[in-house]
Amino acid sequence: MSEHGHKLILESGRADLRYWRDLWQYRELFYFLAWRDILVRYKQTAIGIAWALLRPLLTMLVFTVVFGKLAKMPSAGVPYPLLVFSAMLPWQLFASALVESSNSLIGNANLISKIYFPRLIVPTSTSIVALVDFLISALLLAALCLWYHQFPSWRALTIPFWVLLSFGAAMGAGLWFCALNVKYRDFRYVVPFLVQFGLYLSPVGFSSSIVPEEYRLLYSLNPMVGAIDGFRWAVFGTTAHPDWTATGLGVATTTVLLAGGLAYFRNVERQFADVI
Amino acid sequence: MPEAAIEIESLGKRYLLTAANQRSRQHSYTALRDVIAERVKGLLTRKGASTPRIEEFWALDDVSFTVNHGDRIGIIGRNGAGKSTLLKILSRITEPTRGRITINGRVASLLEVGTGFHPELTGRENIFLNGAILGMTHAEIRRRFDEIVAFAEVEKFLETPVKRYSSGMYVRLAFAVAAHLEPEILIVDEVLAVGDAEFQKKCLGKMEQVSKEGRTVLFVSHDMHSISLLTSRAVFLERGRVAAIGPTAEVVAAYLSHGAGKEAEYMSPANQDRPSITQIRVQTSESGQFQICGKPIRFEFELHSPRPLRGASFSFSIVGADQRRQVHLWTFDSERPMLREAGRVRLVCEITKLRLYMGGYSVTCYFSEPPGGEQFDHVEGACPFEVTMFGQYREFPWQPGSCAYLEECDWRIEKVDLK
Repeated sequence: MSEHGHKLILESGRADLRYWRDLWQYRELFYFLAWRDILVRYKQTAIGIAWALLRPLLTMLVFTVVFGKLAKMPSAGVPYPLLVFSAMLPWQLFASALVESSNSLIGNANLISKIYFPRLIVPTSTSIVALVDFLISALLLAALCLWYHQFPSWRALTIPFWVLLSFGAAMGAGLWFCALNVKYRDFRYVVPFLVQFGLYLSPVGFSSSIVPEEYRLLYSLNPMVGAIDGFRWAVFGTTAHPDWTATGLGVATTTVLLAGGLAYFRNVERQFADVI
Repeated sequence: MPEAAIEIESLGKRYLLTAANQRSRQHSYTALRDVIAERVKGLLTRKGASTPRIEEFWALDDVSFTVNHGDRIGIIGRNGAGKSTLLKILSRITEPTRGRITINGRVASLLEVGTGFHPELTGRENIFLNGAILGMTHAEIRRRFDEIVAFAEVEKFLETPVKRYSSGMYVRLAFAVAAHLEPEILIVDEVLAVGDAEFQKKCLGKMEQVSKEGRTVLFVSHDMHSISLLTSRAVFLERGRVAAIGPTAEVVAAYLSHGAGKEAEYMSPANQDRPSITQIRVQTSESGQFQICGKPIRFEFELHSPRPLRGASFSFSIVGADQRRQVHLWTFDSERPMLREAGRVRLVCEITKLRLYMGGYSVTCYFSEPPGGEQFDHVEGACPFEVTMFGQYREFPWQPGSCAYLEECDWRIEKVDLK
């Protein structure tokens, strides 16, 4: 990646100084790893793209029946299947980016123990697959919206922001988890449990309006509350503006998660090759 | 005079070993449940978590040497001497603890061919992926794509997933990508240990060409023959320190004769209660526990018994580094009476031509009553020695692990007439 006549000095602690420059220099590796993961994902599963559609669809069905029909939860005027599916999108993005990035370092152990590159490339490039899955199910959401005669307004333009928020939250937690995964090899059993737990702690199967007002602030500490509510608002626009407190809190916790995750990841990164 | 290609100044690398991972360094990770259990135990006993005993281990200690541009330098040493650690630091996989390395020029390391290959992807896709992993830009790979494909001889299978490749094709493709990197400094670690003879020749040719073009090659191998063939200078590492440096022939000789006079021996005090093995010695053909394949080797065992034995038997195995028993030999009291009176005897076993292939071996032996009876004593992994192929020429280098032993044979060629 470097030019002819390039000089490199290796010393203890020196890698930190050029880390971000290296990250930029290795950007092509980032593209290639993301490209590899996408290729493999859609080659490996026999039903390929169908899988990306089937998962949120089936979950939508179950949640609609359980929360909408059986528990008769309010849906703020939006058809219940749409209410659920619009939340499934950011949630799936978050969950699969988190799971993929958590396992990414272990999955690429042979690379890490043999080749140098900024390790941050591994968890980030892996989660790109989740974004592609997201785009595919977004098409399905568009089709569902048409079916239910829900047409997008200017609010739909804010969708990238909510996507970014979900992705940021996933990366923040993902950085923590993948570093912890290397350090404590049994941590990977904890991740699926946390994700499962999060599905019910986030307003996926129901609207967050059912959470009592006094707990709303506490509830919004979960960054996915702001992201999911915001995404729903962007798609259906049931209120004039998104819930500012939930959004603000979501952005704040995501920032804290990301900053902490990055710091922790960078801190343990130099030992990866020795431990993995 | 231009700057040196690589300048290493008092380099040190420390690993911390906890009691748990001293036993098996491959599995040196911690489990969260252990950490939590420790903490809880600490809370309950109110002593604070007992910190596991941590021991320092310097894989490299005060290593300094300079590699000039265009040098072909070999790095030799026994397992655990610090060769791989040095390569890992040079290829930036891990950071040094002390000292400093200055590298002038682009480095590519072939720590293992095919790193990053994905079985599901096609040959074409893997070329691009592997190239990027090894540090090539997209444009560079495209420019050299046809050359790589031709070198690997996989034209017909470019669109086939590499999981359907034969292992030969796989290795050829992997090496082809790496060989077309064009770095100024190439670090090679035993990559040639794979592939068929024809391909190995091709690789050696490529490496020679690389160094003729004035590029620097750092080559690590167990095969003294290919080290001698490919490098002009060598560094001999021992326990993390530089033991010798200079022209390859001299350093290889130093490596082989190293440790002269201190034969590895197994000694154990005589047990007064039961028969025991008190001493094991392996007399290798060279000093320093080096055995040249095809030369004689001698095994000596001292047995002691506090009481007369009736019908004792003794056997030993030569065990390879993979823990597989390669040779098993035995003798019975009925053949040569042993210890029918209390005391000490020495059993000597000589193999006139040890045909075991290159690699590390050790001795495991058993002293017992005849099969089915009581086992008096046994010793595992004693007197490690190393078999090398040094001085035996063949047209391509010896690769570790390619066979178990070399058979003696006669070749002849007969003309076949077609009627």
